[in-house]
Amino acid sequence: MATRSTLSPARIALIIAATAVLAVFLVLPLALIFVRALGGGIGVALAALGEPDALAAIRLTLTVAAIAVPLNLAFGLAAAWALAKFDFRGKSLIITFVDLPFAVSPVVSGLIYVLVFGLQGLLGPWLQAHGVRIVFAVPGIVLATIFVTLPFVARELIPLMQAQGKREEEAAFVLGASGWQIFWHVTLPNIRWGLLYGVLLCNARAMGEFGAVSVVSGHIRGLTDTLPLHIEVLYNEYNLPAAFSVAGLLALLALVTLVAKSLLEWRLRGEYQAAGG
Amino acid sequence: MSVIPLFPRVPHLGTLPGFRRTLGFTVAYVSLLVLLPLAALVLRASGIGWAGLAHVVADHRVLAAFRVSFGIAAAAAVFDAALGLLVAWVLVRYRFPGRRLFDALVDLPIALPTAVAGITLTELYAPNGWLGGPLAALGIKVAFGPLGIFVALAFIGLPFVVRSVEPVLADLPKDIEEAAETLGASPWQIFRRVILPPLAPALMTGLTLAFGRGIGEYGSVIFIAGNMPGLSEIVPLLIVIKLEQYDYMGAAVLGTLMLAASFLIMLAINAIQNWSHARLGH
Repeated sequence: MATRSTLSPARIALIIAATAVLAVFLVLPLALIFVRALGGGIGVALAALGEPDALAAIRLTLTVAAIAVPLNLAFGLAAAWALAKFDFRGKSLIITFVDLPFAVSPVVSGLIYVLVFGLQGLLGPWLQAHGVRIVFAVPGIVLATIFVTLPFVARELIPLMQAQGKREEEAAFVLGASGWQIFWHVTLPNIRWGLLYGVLLCNARAMGEFGAVSVVSGHIRGLTDTLPLHIEVLYNEYNLPAAFSVAGLLALLALVTLVAKSLLEWRLRGEYQAAGG
Repeated sequence: MSVIPLFPRVPHLGTLPGFRRTLGFTVAYVSLLVLLPLAALVLRASGIGWAGLAHVVADHRVLAAFRVSFGIAAAAAVFDAALGLLVAWVLVRYRFPGRRLFDALVDLPIALPTAVAGITLTELYAPNGWLGGPLAALGIKVAFGPLGIFVALAFIGLPFVVRSVEPVLADLPKDIEEAAETLGASPWQIFRRVILPPLAPALMTGLTLAFGRGIGEYGSVIFIAGNMPGLSEIVPLLIVIKLEQYDYMGAAVLGTLMLAASFLIMLAINAIQNWSHARLGH
């Protein structure tokens, strides 16, 4: 009888089928990005990234991520502390609301802020009277980005901190540690890889978001175009080498994210195992 | 029992500090950023009334967009369920060179910004593209039509199925399969009767997640779709078009319908998981 470790023809056929699927579905698109980006040589690609509009888009994307990611990090820590370390009524409802941005269409995520802050929106007339622009300006882009990336850190930390329980924190508390001391010296070291994992995914989405940002941006070139929006502009102008150069930059970010994610998953398993889960 | 007096403050539930502050911040943050804006959307849409709603929804272009979005998302999700099961099976069960690389690559559609995916798939499947060229020679037009939307949604949805199925498959004991094999079951029988039933909830979860992502997807679709009204125009694009025409009410109505669909999908996933817990204990 054949043992489980032998490679039967059927098994080889399945492996070939699955890798062929992944090659056509995932590797080919990835290869195309870099072939198109570097088709005119690396100099052309770098020149496209050095254009004033491209530089402005890079700056805006970094700025937006630099605001949205720390805010959602703080939120994720607070939410995980409240939801994982305590029991109270209505907890699952809050978790459902935290999850909502993942379920909603990116376009709807942008639309809701237009309906609140836009000229025809709830607060529109008041904002206009006071000369504040939120939608079709940078604050709207930041808000939409915060919305679509809101669950990442919280969703990573809540199950991890639930698995870890609160015995260590309670021990520290009994020994006289303050809340902040418990958090810094007991909780944070236990969750650091999970935290990093959440931040990594949050950042990747913050820098790559298209739909939600597209709705609130107003598409003012050099002012409210993030990198993904800049790709759309270049593509619609049939400037494919430049579009794929910028796309290549974001694809590199995605690849770095994937590598870091694989490494962190290995560390994260350690944190779950340490929790006995 | 002499130990107890040494610890006069034996902690009970909720004795850790910071509960009120962190919960307050959490509720305020979610309310301001998620709940109030979503409420504004529903409030705006509700102003249209039932007759107005019927008028918006009965529009041919709107009806067609819902058919395109939901129909193609469903087809792509079913396609992903089959393909994702194959990929998960091979990645979990077999050891071969490059396995870890392929496993890491499965998340590419989630990590890759949707606009990048959009222009890349368009170039790949365009009539002069690497795949679009040979397919065009066979008379199959992918990019700039409904099939393009299908390709984009299948790309975006694949990781959801693979990542839902993988952990359950890894925990599946192999001895039942071996017993079935010893008892003379054919590979197909083993697959249908032994492997598929315990995987069904995870497969359904992955399929539903892919479907939910598919109906709302925008960036990866709009480049490849061709965006012909009635034929390859998706609901999210129609929302954007209505906004650009300053038809805020129409956009709000469509947005609310999409929000309701998202809610139903979240409920469906919850139901699948409860059913799975009750039936299979995982």
